[in-house]
Amino acid sequence: MSFPTLPDTFVAKHAAKGWPVGLAGVALVIIGSFMSWSFDRQILGDLSVYGYPGGLQILAIIAALLALALLLMVKGPLYSVMGHWLDAALGLRALSVWLLIYMVGILVAITTESSGLVNIDPGGWVSFVGALLLFAGSRVIPLRELRDLSETKVPGWLEIAGIAVVMAGILFGAAYALAREDAWSFVLFLVFAGGVIAAMFRTGTMTWFSHVATRQKKVLTLAAFAVAFFFPFTQNGSDANMSIATSVLIFAATAMGLNIVVGLAGLLDLGYIAFLGSGAYVAASLSQSAFATIGWKPPFLVVMLVGGLVAATLGLIIGSPTLRVSGDYLAIVTLGFGEIFRFSMFNLDGNNGPNLTNGPNGIPGIPELEIGNFNFGDPHTVLGIELGRFSNYYFVLLLLLGFIILVFSRLNDSRIGRGWIAIREDEKAAEAMGVNVFGLKILAFAVGAFLAGLAGTLKAHQDGAVSPDQYIFLESAFLLAAIVLGGMGTIAGVLIGATLLKLLPEKMRFFSEYRLLLFGLTLVLMMRFRPEGLVASRRRKLEFHEEDEELALAIESELVEEAK
Amino acid sequence: MTVTETVRQPAPAFGEPVLEAAGVTMRFGGLLAVNDVNLTVREGEIVGLIGPNGAGKTTFFNCLTGLYKPTGGQVRFAGAPLAPKPRAVVRAGMARTFQNIRLFANMTALENVMVGRYCRTSSMALTSIIRGPKFRREERATRDRAQELLEFVGLGKSTEHLARNMPYGDQRRLEIARALATDPKLILLDEPTAGMNPQETRQASDLIFKIRDSGLSVVVIEHDMRFIFNLCDRVLCLVRGETLVEGTPDEVQSDPRVIEAYIGTGEDEDEERPQDAPAADGDGEVTP
Repeated sequence: MSFPTLPDTFVAKHAAKGWPVGLAGVALVIIGSFMSWSFDRQILGDLSVYGYPGGLQILAIIAALLALALLLMVKGPLYSVMGHWLDAALGLRALSVWLLIYMVGILVAITTESSGLVNIDPGGWVSFVGALLLFAGSRVIPLRELRDLSETKVPGWLEIAGIAVVMAGILFGAAYALAREDAWSFVLFLVFAGGVIAAMFRTGTMTWFSHVATRQKKVLTLAAFAVAFFFPFTQNGSDANMSIATSVLIFAATAMGLNIVVGLAGLLDLGYIAFLGSGAYVAASLSQSAFATIGWKPPFLVVMLVGGLVAATLGLIIGSPTLRVSGDYLAIVTLGFGEIFRFSMFNLDGNNGPNLTNGPNGIPGIPELEIGNFNFGDPHTVLGIELGRFSNYYFVLLLLLGFIILVFSRLNDSRIGRGWIAIREDEKAAEAMGVNVFGLKILAFAVGAFLAGLAGTLKAHQDGAVSPDQYIFLESAFLLAAIVLGGMGTIAGVLIGATLLKLLPEKMRFFSEYRLLLFGLTLVLMMRFRPEGLVASRRRKLEFHEEDEELALAIESELVEEAK
Repeated sequence: MTVTETVRQPAPAFGEPVLEAAGVTMRFGGLLAVNDVNLTVREGEIVGLIGPNGAGKTTFFNCLTGLYKPTGGQVRFAGAPLAPKPRAVVRAGMARTFQNIRLFANMTALENVMVGRYCRTSSMALTSIIRGPKFRREERATRDRAQELLEFVGLGKSTEHLARNMPYGDQRRLEIARALATDPKLILLDEPTAGMNPQETRQASDLIFKIRDSGLSVVVIEHDMRFIFNLCDRVLCLVRGETLVEGTPDEVQSDPRVIEAYIGTGEDEDEERPQDAPAADGDGEVTP
């Protein structure tokens, strides 16, 4: 986020004042945070204590300390260490804007949640003025020329330590965010996190980190999985957040499968949820639930395989006639297929056809998953920490997500992946070079469907019931939105997109009425300003900016660099 | 019109016929774009395809490579009939480049050539996911072969460059490398020197000779007459979809009908491009 910069003459005139004003701002924010912010102790946790900070006040202090570190990088002891590399002044501007938004958010929250402005205690005003001073100060601190961060030579252990710090930050951030009960605290935490991330981008830390990430890919992947693995241990056996986390995982796994179809092969599939549904219906039918119409219960691995294969077969059936036609028609046909699936499940109730699915009632009472003697419904204690029902499913889903990511990245980096890119680039030329265009498209369709089918079988057990109304078009649209928002063809982007799209509605119930409106608005804005998504894959960046010569040259120099 | 006699060079010994196209006809509704064209290309032969704009040269190429399904005639390749499907054509050993460069713009030079290896490699989804030794061997071989081909066409230093950033002449050569990656017996080049300066054109003909010397046959569409007559063992001139003349470069460039087709008889001047005419070539052998 950036505001228009002030005129140069103004900055030059007041440059000397920026630093002390900023320092005063930092001091005020911290002092204010040790005082009471709110008269009403019921809201935003408890912010009404004098003498020590609590909850959201600690976040304000952390932000202030970060600002202090940046100030000391502009002028002070840290300058000689990092001042040449990091763009402290620009980072400070970003951070101060977000801190100001944060403080305004606090004041608005206190005002609206209790009965008026009167409930804001002096501490709140002090911190607010502090944020305002910091904002003003940062505006007039002049920017400097910097060295290229990618040239930094940092020992390998420090890079790995950097990854560890970021990953730990993500783990604690996620745990902290999920622990916020009220929507305001959650939103304010997001503002705080946004500020930290923006500052990382502006100072160039993010650039450095992305270089580290490409150098230490294996470490990063392992660390990310470690973070995801340890998440349930931060929940003290509480299932409230774990149920959200498992639904995020199912959503992310499905989105990642769709990412193969949309992101890699470039096919627009608007009925993808039907493949998840067919997997779920297979698992439900083969679960020996009291309502299941098939009285057979094979081992779960067999069920998964059957679910995946049924979905893949459906994918082949729908794909083989339609993949011969170009993009838009495929979208329409898949849209129709999604609806056909739902109506079929709705109508296979014995009245209109064979009774397979119990029609609108669906198949409830699906027993808990049981592999060997391990019952997924029972809590288990590991290392003295109780892991509840949802944690059990969480771990299996994490494995599945890992598998899907593996399939995604390995297919991407292979003969098949190159074929997909070639098809996206120029289908006719790819064909003339001997690429099996139709075969590769149908492969993407079938693999995507298979993976969604796998996820579906787990979803059925985790939900304990399947019914047709879970698999509506809107769900397909959300899956697609997660991919577009996060970044087509990327792993990190789609994970972030899926998490945001699933987590925000869960945590912010009050905006559920406006959910569609906001998503629509977000997508329109994304298409206008950042069509390649939050995390952009290099290839997509190039594809979305055909005219941008500079970008192409910059990416090329990165490629040449990496090849060395 | 006088025709200077040149000493006939002994025809080089060419091998077996690679491509035998007989009576190829392509009709778009009422338009007869290619009418009963015959072409035989032998091993190690360079054949030129000339003709004014709209004569059906590229359409003929599209018929040979399966991008169009010819409405009549038969194409045989290495002795066997060839189905008009691009993949079958490439597998059989005929690769092509395009008149308007059709590279995969956002891929690197190396990746472009690696795509060309697609039809000569076999790892499918499961092998790619499991990544056994066979997959890794094939992947390494693909990469090595692509690198080798880039060096062959003189782009050994540009492997990691994006196709869209490369200079025009390099893009043409990259397209040739991509076509060579399919291990063809015959390569069809559609105006390989369009838009090139004289020096680049000379490099292009050196490259084509080099390709021929490595054992391939070549068919070239070109408007640059000096280039064509210097390069080719045999030249075919198409006019309005039909073969006008076929013969050695000497025979074709001295044929009055060819000159007429390019310069026109004065009745249909507006479709002429004088700079394409053999006379404009100025090598003194043809004087109108």
